[in-house]
Amino acid sequence: MAERIEWGEAVIAATRDLSADIRLIEIAPTSGFVPPSPGSHINVGVLIGDRSDVRCYSIVGPCGDGLYRIAVKRLKHSRGGSAYVWRLQPGARVSVSAPSNHFELGPGRPEYLLLAGGIGITPIFSHALALKRAGARFRLLYACHGRSDAALASELEAEIGGALALFVAEEGTRVDIPAEIARLDPSGECYVCGPIGMLDDAKKAWRESGRPIERLRFETFGNSGRLPSVAFTARIPRLGRDVQVGANQTLLEALEAAGVEMIFDCRRGECGLCALPILAVDGAIDHRDVFFSDAEKAANARLCTCVSRIYGNSITLDTADR
Amino acid sequence: MTDAKPFPLNAWYPAAWGTEIDRILRARTICDKDIVLFRRTDGVVAALEDACWHRLLPLSLGRLVGDQVVCGYHGLVFNTAGRCTHMPAQQTINPSACVRAYPTVEKHRLVWVWPGDPALADPALLPDFHWNDGDEWKGEGGTFYSLKCDWRLVVDNLMDLTHETYVHSDSIGHDAILDTPFDVTHTDKTATMTRWMIEIDPPPFWAKQLGKPGKVDRWQIVTFEAPAVVIGDVGVAPAGTGAPRGDRSQGVNGAFLAAIAPETETSCHYFWNFVRTFRTDDEELSRALQRAHVNDGKGVYDQDHVVLEAQQRAIGRHPRQPFYNLNIDAGALWARRILDRMLERERTASSGPARAAE
Repeated sequence: MAERIEWGEAVIAATRDLSADIRLIEIAPTSGFVPPSPGSHINVGVLIGDRSDVRCYSIVGPCGDGLYRIAVKRLKHSRGGSAYVWRLQPGARVSVSAPSNHFELGPGRPEYLLLAGGIGITPIFSHALALKRAGARFRLLYACHGRSDAALASELEAEIGGALALFVAEEGTRVDIPAEIARLDPSGECYVCGPIGMLDDAKKAWRESGRPIERLRFETFGNSGRLPSVAFTARIPRLGRDVQVGANQTLLEALEAAGVEMIFDCRRGECGLCALPILAVDGAIDHRDVFFSDAEKAANARLCTCVSRIYGNSITLDTADR
Repeated sequence: MTDAKPFPLNAWYPAAWGTEIDRILRARTICDKDIVLFRRTDGVVAALEDACWHRLLPLSLGRLVGDQVVCGYHGLVFNTAGRCTHMPAQQTINPSACVRAYPTVEKHRLVWVWPGDPALADPALLPDFHWNDGDEWKGEGGTFYSLKCDWRLVVDNLMDLTHETYVHSDSIGHDAILDTPFDVTHTDKTATMTRWMIEIDPPPFWAKQLGKPGKVDRWQIVTFEAPAVVIGDVGVAPAGTGAPRGDRSQGVNGAFLAAIAPETETSCHYFWNFVRTFRTDDEELSRALQRAHVNDGKGVYDQDHVVLEAQQRAIGRHPRQPFYNLNIDAGALWARRILDRMLERERTASSGPARAAE
């Protein structure tokens, strides 16, 4: 990663379930609290089996009491991070990084549109509170499956009142993204965090509105796709290898574990360094990155191995070994 | 990460004269932050972090195209909000890619930047520097860029003018400065040193400006406004004409202006001017006064320059801290007390519960 991560020790102060599968975890750093700016995340050291790994979680601000709060969704196809975090009990020791921010609020815009889907509410929650306090003009559109899934909705209602609009799929209400973008001030900014379908819809509508692309802000940790995460085989004829990719493992992780040498940087589908050429596929490719354009994704010539996968039996890839 | 640096970041600091900033990229370091400044096509000054997101090449080595900066290494493009708008050899833009954009205000002929939290940057917090506007008060100043001393040493220097007697004995120094009691007052953000010298012989500089014989009443009213500005209201009037009671009409009044930005912990940019309300149409006098301050090492401020840099070198070589103080340092000590409080407030705000989601 391009940024230096400063690690410190911390203790779990408390946990509280916000919904059936979203848990709020309060983390008390013992080696110095750094106030997170809205949109920040922290890295948490996790144990997957007996292997150490790192997961990023958005901070649910404003953390005025010196505790970091994260909200973690227990995923059916967890790669192990959410399962680990869900096992943490008050008093447990964890390693956490100082907050860092890839999803910063730009100051001084005439209007803001915040778009959150599901667990994507976590960074947007902090954005909304900061905009409210700054007296900015903004709306938060929060989409979820059922009313009981809408973590933090009551807290938001109390904090920002009428600026919040809840859209519940089970009740048949959906965000009309193009219409909402059309309502936004021409110099306004839109901040999106949600499933990749929502992000793609927002990008498409934004592009079609003719607005400058840099005013659409989004963050993705690359773990949501259009298709379910299933196990598959990656075949690499150049190396004469067939690599099994587990449902709870990324293609990049599986390749690395099998000793295929890879270069990478962000590991969240942004930089494009870990992309490999696709030779053939038996199944449907689920591009989960934000590096390739829609046209490039449609061409299916390459995929970002850190986040993208297939829904099917196997994919045949080339590597850079020559 | 506690910022242990001695300068408050949530404040306006002078970064350039307005006339310096044009349609070119100008690099400047303020409070240890490398910044690139340029004028947008609509005339507003923009300030960005002077390091490309990609490989940290200073953006000031790139070029300005419209209102965007093109990195001189691989052509990444950043807009005035610091957002990347172009990346080479790809059809999309990495959403994480941006550089910091610093709030700026152009006022009193200077460009001011806010190195801290942009959400707190409020133009209403700009210090009063209206003497520099060029209308009622006239004068042509200059800047010592990268003066090799802690910016607080300049504040110390200006808040205690007894040094004039020793550093500037040939122009404005006078033994009366040493013999006359002074008053120091303060508010939450200002410290003021006031000294009235009644019925004294004028020092050479002021005798010449006044152009009248005889004794004078001389005043020095020096105000520090935290964290970066010092204004010295100075002048003389013929003794007994009422200046101490507010009637300066028979005298000559000047003001030394200082806006100081820390560059690093041991260097600063010192924007200065000496302005006056007498002979305001006399441009030759403006030039002469400028030469009197800075003149190839022979001016009044050149004399300070030598002292300040030598002092900083000595501080670096002597482990003893803090300095010993004399009663003449009261103004400087109030100034430092105010700065320490600002720093303390920033540190508590950034490590304790008081600070919310900024």
